[in-house]
Amino acid sequence: MSLLSNITAATLAKDIRLEWRSKDAINSMLFFALLVVVVFSFSFDPLAEESRQIAGGLIWVSFLFAAVVALNQTWAREIRNQVLDAYRVSPAPANSLFLAKALGNFIFVAILEALMTPLFVMFYKLRPLGPAWQLIPIAALGTWALVVNGTFFAAMSLRTRAREIMLPLLLFPISIPALLAMVRSTTAILTGEESAKFWIVLLLAYDVVFTTGCLLLFETVLQAE
Amino acid sequence: MKKIFPILAILTAGLLSYALYEALIVAPTEQTMGDVQRIFYYHVPSAWTAFLLFTINFVASIVYLIRRNSRADAVAVVTAEVGVVFCTVVLVTGPLWARPVWGIWWTWDVRLTSTLVLWLIYVSYIMLRRFSTSGQTPVLAAALAVFGALDVPLVYFSIWYFRTQHPQPVIGGGGSIDPRMLHVLLINWLAFSCFAFLICWSRYRLERLQRDVEEMQSLESLLEPRSVR
Repeated sequence: MSLLSNITAATLAKDIRLEWRSKDAINSMLFFALLVVVVFSFSFDPLAEESRQIAGGLIWVSFLFAAVVALNQTWAREIRNQVLDAYRVSPAPANSLFLAKALGNFIFVAILEALMTPLFVMFYKLRPLGPAWQLIPIAALGTWALVVNGTFFAAMSLRTRAREIMLPLLLFPISIPALLAMVRSTTAILTGEESAKFWIVLLLAYDVVFTTGCLLLFETVLQAE
Repeated sequence: MKKIFPILAILTAGLLSYALYEALIVAPTEQTMGDVQRIFYYHVPSAWTAFLLFTINFVASIVYLIRRNSRADAVAVVTAEVGVVFCTVVLVTGPLWARPVWGIWWTWDVRLTSTLVLWLIYVSYIMLRRFSTSGQTPVLAAALAVFGALDVPLVYFSIWYFRTQHPQPVIGGGGSIDPRMLHVLLINWLAFSCFAFLICWSRYRLERLQRDVEEMQSLESLLEPRSVR
């Protein structure tokens, strides 16, 4: 267990250091999400009441698209200089690599969300009528739901042609229940009309099921060459 | 093997025509919906067949992940492809039936939406197989099939809750069914299953042959440079 956590910590620290110096993923995600927000607000221009109804969908769709940008870059840097091959032959457990990558993506997407949410609030004049603190567990669970499967499918789509387009094709159908839960719970809190409890529980179940699935199957997928 | 195939094909053709006759002529006309309801005998058997094939695909994928048996993988390819075809039939006949009866083409009801999501997952499965370049396609595809199966209950529950929160004006199905209709339905399902089995079988043979040919070709290309020298 300590070996697993040591390797995870080392890989995570390396990824964060790389990202800190290059800022590739964060910059492209931020700019992409910003473009989505601007285009959406042009095309809808909603009143405060309408924007409560649609903002949940807009926020999560823009985060999903932006997350795909980051997820596509996750493994790309490991392909250069055959780092991934070196990892395969090393005795380090595959799951520690997976966890480090997933946690790294989680941190990047969480930073994106923290920076973009104020913009959404500003552009769409949002003021939640429900219990706003529940947005924090929803954001955490929802982001994990996206990145855990996204990291896994990004590793899978490494071995396909048209790698960049393959990831959303695999990720979106599987993510439909999670996406529905994120959007509905956010809308429920913004409008304050219903409770978001069921959706939070569903997100939790989704996270548990797919985290387990990823950890069980990642080694198989990593070694597939 | 080769002798059984045409016999089975003729039997299936006979069964399908008998089922068609039963569905269009023998089955009683539904009171409120009229003749439109007869699409039921195609819609429901296709759905059952598609779900059966997807279940087989899931089992074959698990077997492949454990045993690395190439036959299991061939079964998985075949059932996914044929399953998507039957699922497409369901998704096309559904709106055709819904339009005259419910007055709408589509509603985001539990069963409709779950079937659509299942179809999307399996289309992405086929695309993964098509786009994958390495020799390890079966492993990746099997992993995706397992993920798809994990997703199904979550999809079902999420949409069930989504829709029970917002009741629909249309009420679909429920209640009892005329025993004669059930009889026709079961005959049609049997015919459809035989038909699906037949296609799967011939597709399976094709898949095996294709793999053999590929193997031979790669062996030959390995041998060739030596024979030239």
